[in-house]
Amino acid sequence: MSKERTRILVVDDEEIVRESLSGWLAKDGYTLATAHDGPTALEMLRQSRWSILLVDLKMPGMDGLQVLEASKQIQPDVAAVIMTAYATVETAVEAMKSGAYDYLVKPFDPEELSLMMVKIVAQQALVRENVLLRKVLKRDFHFRDMVSKNPAMHRMFDLARSAAKSQSTILILGESGTGKELLARAIHAESPRQAAPFVAVSCAALTETLLESELFGHEKGSFTGAVARRKGRFEVAHGGTLFLDEIGDISPKLQLDLLRVLEERKLVRVGGTDPIDVDVRIIAATNRDLKKAAADGQFREDLYYRLNVIPILLPPLRERREDIPLLVEHFLEHLSVETDRQIEGVSADALAALMRHDWPGNVRELRNVLERGMVVAKDQLIHPEDLGLSGSGLRTDTSDPGLTLDEVERRHITAVLQHTGGNVTQAARTLDIDRVTLYNKIKKYGLRRGEDDGFSEPPAARS
Amino acid sequence: MAADVHIWWIGADAADDRLLETIRERTAASFGVQARLYRHADRPNHAFDPRRGQHSSTAILKWLVARDQPGHRMLAITDADLFIPVLTFVYGEAQLGGRAAVVSTARLLVDQGGRHDAALAADRIVKECVHELGHTFGLLHCDSPGCVMRRSVNAIEVDAKTMTLCGPCEARYRELRHEDGHHE
Repeated sequence: MSKERTRILVVDDEEIVRESLSGWLAKDGYTLATAHDGPTALEMLRQSRWSILLVDLKMPGMDGLQVLEASKQIQPDVAAVIMTAYATVETAVEAMKSGAYDYLVKPFDPEELSLMMVKIVAQQALVRENVLLRKVLKRDFHFRDMVSKNPAMHRMFDLARSAAKSQSTILILGESGTGKELLARAIHAESPRQAAPFVAVSCAALTETLLESELFGHEKGSFTGAVARRKGRFEVAHGGTLFLDEIGDISPKLQLDLLRVLEERKLVRVGGTDPIDVDVRIIAATNRDLKKAAADGQFREDLYYRLNVIPILLPPLRERREDIPLLVEHFLEHLSVETDRQIEGVSADALAALMRHDWPGNVRELRNVLERGMVVAKDQLIHPEDLGLSGSGLRTDTSDPGLTLDEVERRHITAVLQHTGGNVTQAARTLDIDRVTLYNKIKKYGLRRGEDDGFSEPPAARS
Repeated sequence: MAADVHIWWIGADAADDRLLETIRERTAASFGVQARLYRHADRPNHAFDPRRGQHSSTAILKWLVARDQPGHRMLAITDADLFIPVLTFVYGEAQLGGRAAVVSTARLLVDQGGRHDAALAADRIVKECVHELGHTFGLLHCDSPGCVMRRSVNAIEVDAKTMTLCGPCEARYRELRHEDGHHE
């Protein structure tokens, strides 16, 4: 390693000391500079990076310890060595307490000075290497907020990075909870459109009429309740990215409307007549087999081909179990900030349980399970019993004969959603109702859903 | 023809002519320069610091530069113990890329067991002379084991190195000489 990169600043009020020390060290190839007092040294620290500070303890005005304390505010990683002519335990303790790397008693043995410099340089090289490795690790395992060390996911990250740079429509395919919206946001953030809005619409949560108005906007009086002109999501996303989640669930009429907008890059608001130019990059997502739906005639083939320009497949969590420890670490780091609770991690048993679980609700379910674990953990570790995974079969306590029908329904829906890790499609299938009905019931019973959360009962209903 | 390096004994005791001749031969060979022994009765007595009982190597360098004619390098050898203000002692000091260097024999004469070994002492002194003169030509310390430009802060380290420049230091020396306008 080149010693020129090690920049040493000698601070001493005696010129002879500054000269002799800097001259001696310069022959080792370090980059040297001197300052005759504390304020000059601090100014130099503000102006450029220094690796080592050799500061005399006794100087008129600002003494060495004051320089040391102030220097730590400016460059916390600078290694400061206090030089003193008076060797007392008190001085040494005080210097070390103030954050000095070490201290030297003048005159010092050349061997002591030489070894100390070598040691500091080696330590700083290690710190730099560590930072570099962490960066490489982060770059290798991360795509924005997504983490993985699975080779298929890495290929997907590479594809997403390249796709982000283009203007092409992207179709994200993957089970619910695999992070389709997170990926869409990451692509937007990596794209040239990053400064413009990212607008997300869940197509399955709304009825046909509402979704039409939501996407394309409406003119005042275009339908009952349209009391004012409203811009649609396409217009709001102008210049940016429109994320259409659960695209496989839209009605045939909306499929046609959407196809027109994609082809013409123009839309007409509901109840309006004037075409409006829109410049949006579409990222669509679905957990359905859209190709099969197109082949079966349930989804317009032409729209399918319009959307399927760059398909990106997000594998389910059960197919990348090796990511579970990494994801656990990632989520605990985030959750500790959100919940303001410091947890060291998960116990070996708990990790084994997490590795065994099938994760029908994928990464979202894992996050929810960890959030629960974090809340109920009694010590610094999350144990298997904190996760609520044991006997994870569907159980609903609806046996109380005093319950109303609504309460039984609410409890059952909550339990089904928890079991599917918030996967609405899967829950709707289990409950044998359509997704819009399920969304309405979720709304009716006030079951909370965050952007990336699963479902839970409202706080008041928690025991 | 004028010599490139003047070698001058400035010690209190009588000069060891054989040792000085070895130093002359070795430094001339190491750097491919003309070297000659310079004799004069002047001594830098003012460089003595009575509080420390040592001579200031920096003061000696300044004294050498003031005495010499430009165009030469001065290598002074003394039996006085040398110091720079922050360090307990130095084996020698040189002006980096400058004209003056000084080497002390005081701590190089006695071997580890306390016995005098003239040959070992001569080897050490020659190594430090080549080393300090190397600094005047602009060479920095070298990390290669064995290279004469490796920093040595104790006798064991002096003994561990050879009298010659390692390949990269040799190449660097040629480069510096070329930059300095000395073409072979």
